[in-house]
Amino acid sequence: MINKDIARLAAERPDFEAIASWIPKGASVLDLGCGDGSLLRYLKETRAIRGYGVEISDMDIVSCIANGVNVIQNDLDAGLSDFEDGAFDFVILSQTLQATRHTEALIQEMLRVGREGIVSFPNFGYWKSRLNVLMGNMPVSSELPYQWYDTPNVHLCTLNDFDDFCRKYCVSITARSVITGGREVDLWPNLLGSTAVYRFQRSV
Amino acid sequence: MAKLNGFSFGVFLGTSIGIVQAQRALFDTPLTFRSGAILPRYELMYETYGTLNADKSNAILICHALSGHHHVAGYYADDEKNIGWWDNMVGPGKPMDTDKFFIIGLNNLGGCHGSTGPSSINPETGKPYGASFPVITVEDWVESQARLADYLGIKQFAAVIGGSLGGMQALQWSLAYPERVRHVLTIASAPRLTAQNIAFNDVARNAILTDPDFHGGDYYQHGVVPTRGLRLARMLGHITYLSDDAMADKFGRKLRTEQYNYGYEVEFQIESYLRYQGDKFAAYFDANTYLLMTKALDYFDPAQGCDGGLNRAFAQAKSDFLVISFTTDWRFSPQRSREIVRPLLHNKRQVSYAEITSNHGHDSFLMEHPHYFDVVRAYLGNVR
Repeated sequence: MINKDIARLAAERPDFEAIASWIPKGASVLDLGCGDGSLLRYLKETRAIRGYGVEISDMDIVSCIANGVNVIQNDLDAGLSDFEDGAFDFVILSQTLQATRHTEALIQEMLRVGREGIVSFPNFGYWKSRLNVLMGNMPVSSELPYQWYDTPNVHLCTLNDFDDFCRKYCVSITARSVITGGREVDLWPNLLGSTAVYRFQRSV
Repeated sequence: MAKLNGFSFGVFLGTSIGIVQAQRALFDTPLTFRSGAILPRYELMYETYGTLNADKSNAILICHALSGHHHVAGYYADDEKNIGWWDNMVGPGKPMDTDKFFIIGLNNLGGCHGSTGPSSINPETGKPYGASFPVITVEDWVESQARLADYLGIKQFAAVIGGSLGGMQALQWSLAYPERVRHVLTIASAPRLTAQNIAFNDVARNAILTDPDFHGGDYYQHGVVPTRGLRLARMLGHITYLSDDAMADKFGRKLRTEQYNYGYEVEFQIESYLRYQGDKFAAYFDANTYLLMTKALDYFDPAQGCDGGLNRAFAQAKSDFLVISFTTDWRFSPQRSREIVRPLLHNKRQVSYAEITSNHGHDSFLMEHPHYFDVVRAYLGNVR
């Protein structure tokens, strides 16, 4: 039985459901940039996972602990040296990719400590973002709620960009879910999708 | 973004537990130390705060660091200024909440605050133990603490908590008695000391051992105290407990005099501060206890005699862990705390780690700091 908090979370964060659908019961999960621990809590209650979050913000550390989620305070851009090779079934980077500095190194680290990786990020190719830029302004929306001068997002990308990235760095995409307003987008995802969720592993 | 539990940040600081009373427990079952030495009987001083619940499941043990003791919180009826060393942390509504938990502080064996130690009278000789008091280890302390738990009827602690040397005792609890402790909070600590840290301890010990008033540890009979050695040991220790920044902020290059005197008297304020701290400490602390405490620090190494290092050593731990370090602590740096976290991750234990940004070096763990206190409060809030 999913409690009300958890149902509310799933409604507000559409990528949670997509992520959970790929994770088998009892899996081990590392959530990078885990925020207040919502996703881990959601996965704990819906998929009985065990795992840890990594977070740098002091306030989020307190929230994770209050939420009963294991959290390790660390800077993702400093790598994942506390974690051993193959320690997790899944390493997740939910709505954090665009704020990491050494993105390529981090994806490699994800696939070192985890057998599979999952990332979700706001699709910069979404038509509203394109329209904003076309009209002459950087996009500001619920997915990208920052002004250009105070945004933590330094590596925004589109679905096509991420596909290219994976090809270049020998990362093989095993599943993808593109969502707008809580609904799966099948038609022209790079134009009509606001949030992208990718599942991937190392190419063999 | 959705929030699960709304958490209030440092809105309530709590109040003092008020008047407390120290108690004494006598143990007459001989205790065999790791060194092989045997202590036939001993006493432990302790204090308790809060109420033990009916199923005795809400007890927390607080282990003290090098110079600590059983007086953790509150004050004495006949000495209102004598406030416990962790009074900011322990009390009604405080992060370690005595409305919820039954909290125990003790003075470790070998201490100089009432528990049996080198300055106590050995009943067999009628004289202070002095040099004959056995060298004690963290493992021996935990053994004596387990007996105190038995004496108080506590089968399992909700948590064992300690900072610095106290953190090592908390770790050792999870290794020696995995079934007897549900949560371990280790703060500003290390799984084992580095060469640099042992080196500081050795200089401190040498200051005491070479003091002409030390008399091989039996200075009590000579009616003297190795004050100079103890004072130097404390001065050195104190430097390592502060951060460069904290010292710069507090003292900088400030002088006590108008100008340089071109001599060796106290001129800089930091000199005057350290001497004051050294004198204050030497007036009440026992030099033999100082030696014992530093040796216990040096010896502790759960990986010793264990193939496979710390990963293997921590395999037997069952508790959940909260590990906390402070950014400017260089005596027990965040790196050392990560050495505790890593083997716990390796063994898939429940562990959280917080690195607190603080300016106050190793001493941070004793100071009021809103974020640090929020972390402890949030963690203990989930301890059932």
